[in-house]
Amino acid sequence: MKKELLKVNDLKQHFPIKGGLLGRTVNHVKAVDGVSFTVYEGETVSIVGESGCGKSTTGRAVLRLDEPTSGEVYFDGENLLSLNKREMRAKRKDLQIIFQDPYASINPRQTVRQVLEEAIVIQNVIPPNEREEKIKELMEKVGLGAHQIDRFPHEFSGGQRQRIGIARALSVDPKLIICDEAVSALDVSIQAQVINLLKQLQREMKLTYLFISHDLGVVRHISDRVIVMYLGRIVEVADKNSLFENPKHPYTKALLSAIPVPDPKRKKERVILTGDVPSPIDPPAGCRFHTRCPFATDKCKEEEPELRTTDGMSEQHEAACHYIEELSS
Amino acid sequence: MFTFIIRRSIQTIPVLIGVTVLVFMLMHLIPGDPAQIIAGESASEQQVEQMRERLGLNDPLPVQYFKYISNAVQGDLGSSVRNGRAVADEISARFWTTVELAVYSTILSIFIGLIAGIISATRHYTLTDVSIMIVALFGLSMPNFWLGLMLIQWFSIGHISWLPFDTAWFSPSGWGSWQQNVLPVITLGTAGAAIIARMTRSSMLEVIGQDFIRTARAKGVKERVVIYRHALKNALIPVVTIVGLQFGSLLGGTVLTETVFAINGMGRLIIDAIRARDFPVVQGTVLVISLLFVLVNFLVDISYRYLNKRVDLD
Repeated sequence: MKKELLKVNDLKQHFPIKGGLLGRTVNHVKAVDGVSFTVYEGETVSIVGESGCGKSTTGRAVLRLDEPTSGEVYFDGENLLSLNKREMRAKRKDLQIIFQDPYASINPRQTVRQVLEEAIVIQNVIPPNEREEKIKELMEKVGLGAHQIDRFPHEFSGGQRQRIGIARALSVDPKLIICDEAVSALDVSIQAQVINLLKQLQREMKLTYLFISHDLGVVRHISDRVIVMYLGRIVEVADKNSLFENPKHPYTKALLSAIPVPDPKRKKERVILTGDVPSPIDPPAGCRFHTRCPFATDKCKEEEPELRTTDGMSEQHEAACHYIEELSS
Repeated sequence: MFTFIIRRSIQTIPVLIGVTVLVFMLMHLIPGDPAQIIAGESASEQQVEQMRERLGLNDPLPVQYFKYISNAVQGDLGSSVRNGRAVADEISARFWTTVELAVYSTILSIFIGLIAGIISATRHYTLTDVSIMIVALFGLSMPNFWLGLMLIQWFSIGHISWLPFDTAWFSPSGWGSWQQNVLPVITLGTAGAAIIARMTRSSMLEVIGQDFIRTARAKGVKERVVIYRHALKNALIPVVTIVGLQFGSLLGGTVLTETVFAINGMGRLIIDAIRARDFPVVQGTVLVISLLFVLVNFLVDISYRYLNKRVDLD
């Protein structure tokens, strides 16, 4: 039995919308609205979905970079949301994040040494006389030269900067790293390098990744399991092969049909979704996908489907649709 | 760094030439014959000719200019028409008073401005923030001679009917003791504090919204350290520019402030000299104040180097 490292229970993140003369809260953006999932030690779980579906918000809420509205986040059996600020700061040693934009996410006024040292000093992971060596080791681990240690971020390229971001995340020997669109800002050849680096580091350091991305190609390459989100809810969760070979939810099918296939002879069946994503301020009742789903019925408009599994689905493959059976055949 | 200082110094040379040309032209921009005006309406033909000779107005312009410059470089700025004393002496007797006033006011405005700006930015859109910004708007809008007069009325001319205590705390005039210094420094520093507060706030807000601040929080950096080490340092660059430019208007402001508080500084020297049409004194004082301004902005440029590592000045 694999060990549960991260367990998220009914996580909600509602952002208030202030309006009017007095700046009162007039409404909420329900960016994440009741999300539950589990990440086991040593695996890579991806969260995919289109822009605005709440994937990045989920990642930030788990780390309490934005304070979640409600829910529970268990890390190693401990509820992170019940920790006070000081305890949470200490806990950050175990949970790190790599951000999307390598240009914006490093303080432009710190050298690489200062960037890496700050985290090591705060979390006090190693004695002072070994810090220098540790920083150099980190640099080499992510494929940068130890001689580049005193340079400023602007002296590096985008791919190199992302490696600095990775080194920074690794510097405190975390157990879980959340990669928030960590390769989306890089061009394709650099993406491949960085992903391979992440995989290699995972093997070497026994890391667990929560990989947030909209790029299904990347997700397929790196993940063990995949979570599909739509409008702040999980619509399908499965191991990688089941999800890509045997998707159950109509939204997942539509997403997967959008992946380009490098074979001109193969005829593709595109599922084209019509309409826009509804506003997360006032999400549709019932199944949130019903406004765009080609198979939607009256039941979908009224009853909200739960994540469930049926015959013909592999273990731990769940989808939130009333008509999984009908649509499979 | 050294080469930068050298290069930056060389760059100030054209500025200095421009300044001296303008100051020198002051004499020739007076409508009419400067010798006649300085000597007075009732002066005889002979007296005017004497004055013209004394001012060197009979030489060709370039010669006059080079004479003026070579004398100025040697510390000779001519002599006062009023009392015949050397302009350099007149200025040096008052120089430090004005510099002290300007420096104290700058320190006050940086201190108050930064603190108010940081508080505003970290609590943006709260009542605290709105209050600070309203007060700053008032500080910015008040003419400093008016503020000076009000401060004198409130805090140094005895009892005010609606205050339950005697308010003659500070001296209404002069410079030197702290009772004398407090009011002029507040008068002169208020506008700067307001500008710096507003600038710091908007600059901080911009930086706080950036990703690397979130990175710092994700590392587990304390909020206080996030604000000071990561946000403030990055937000300071536009603030430093403002401080440098502010120093210029501060020097101009000393003219009014020194007049209101009867402080015997360079500002009042200019006013008195203008009233008496003592042009050599006006020239000399304007020159010294301009040089001071050039020097301050030179220092500001050097400080960029420390604040912004991307400004590779070498």
